[in-house]
Amino acid sequence: MSVQYHYIARRLHSLSGLIPVGVFLLVHLFINSFVLKGPEAYNQAVELLNSSAVTPWLEVFLIGIPIAYHGFYGLWVTYVSKTNMFRYQYFRNWMFYLQRITAVITLIFVLWHVYVLRIARIFTGTEMTYDIFHQWASNPNYFVIYIIGFLAAIFHFANGLWAFAFSWGITIGPESRKIWTYICVLIFVVLGIAGINILTAFK
Amino acid sequence: MKEVLLKIKRQDNPQTKPYWEEFKVPLTPKMNVISCLLEIQKNPVNVKGQQTTPIVWDCNCLEEVCGACTMIINGIARQACAALVENLTQPIVLQPLTKFPLVRDLMVDRIKMFENLKKIRAWVPIDGTYYLGPGPKVSQSVQEKVYPISTCMTCGCCMEACPYVNNKSNYMGPTAMAQVYLFNSHPTGAMEKEKRLDAITGDGGIADCGKALNCERVCPKEIPLVSIIGELNRQTTFRSFSRWLFK
Repeated sequence: MSVQYHYIARRLHSLSGLIPVGVFLLVHLFINSFVLKGPEAYNQAVELLNSSAVTPWLEVFLIGIPIAYHGFYGLWVTYVSKTNMFRYQYFRNWMFYLQRITAVITLIFVLWHVYVLRIARIFTGTEMTYDIFHQWASNPNYFVIYIIGFLAAIFHFANGLWAFAFSWGITIGPESRKIWTYICVLIFVVLGIAGINILTAFK
Repeated sequence: MKEVLLKIKRQDNPQTKPYWEEFKVPLTPKMNVISCLLEIQKNPVNVKGQQTTPIVWDCNCLEEVCGACTMIINGIARQACAALVENLTQPIVLQPLTKFPLVRDLMVDRIKMFENLKKIRAWVPIDGTYYLGPGPKVSQSVQEKVYPISTCMTCGCCMEACPYVNNKSNYMGPTAMAQVYLFNSHPTGAMEKEKRLDAITGDGGIADCGKALNCERVCPKEIPLVSIIGELNRQTTFRSFSRWLFK
């Protein structure tokens, strides 16, 4: 039989959300968490990352391309769905809808975030230091945008973990699905608190 | 005399525009939606007193076994025969299913589901040129597990509630997935297990499931569709990897 491109594309989309995009989200949070120890610790961590010759390659192949695939193929997947959460008001149906809403919010946020802080930097040559983020975070408008973008991203990640386990046939029965739901909620809460603390530390 | 108020979405043919028409019928004990429609058929006059055409709908068994009278009743897809007037808020709003081509009024063409059953080979292959003897026994535990699936009447409730069954997507829907599971569980049917799994890793296959999980909630036969899709997800994962790694 022919190669099942459609199936592979969908499953790669599911996988890419966790590896590498989801893992990168966690690494990103971890590196930013150095700010909790003060501006110097943060600047050192960023400097260490940027001092490797492999970093730009990782940024393109392990982060950029997978995010682009996950994001734009995901937009298509969202487009072909027909939501009905008002008619069928079930918990998972709402999660289904929120997963797609947060997907669009996250994609717009990430495009803006990457353009302003990474791509524009190539042209201007500014070094990424605590001071620059401090300026951003001190502006209440940008701070709110960051909070929304961040919460959308981790909601999408946590609920995506739930969906990943189902799509790959890991959680099958109702009991395992329920327990995994609780764990995913916990992941969302823990990452949410951590992220908001980190964002506030930049203020 | 007590009356039942019905608000029905009508459409004369697939090319014309739909319109709403209201009817009042006398309430009789134990009345269901079908008997309301029969009352309208006897006297096709709407609430404005205008003579109109009787409502067209599909029905057959009248005991929630055939699935033919599935329609959207007060917003939810279900069987009209099993929808008792005493349990419904009035006006009772009737609409045709939206995921299938409309024929007229409340009647839709559900052949799509039959075509899907052909795609996934929803049968036990026993055709031969000679007597094949009795088939293998099916264990009690397997029988108990798959019996609910065999009660599927392809009514289309799960298709109606599924966000990925629509004009833009080719998804075959939960009903076809359940039948893959049913026929793969049968010892003789299992001889074509790989063919069925390959059919649902193709276009419109299992990967299109968006995990809204409405299907199980609306299924009138309470078939555990989510667990079935979950288990097929595992089987297609292994199947697709082994297809590739053993190449």
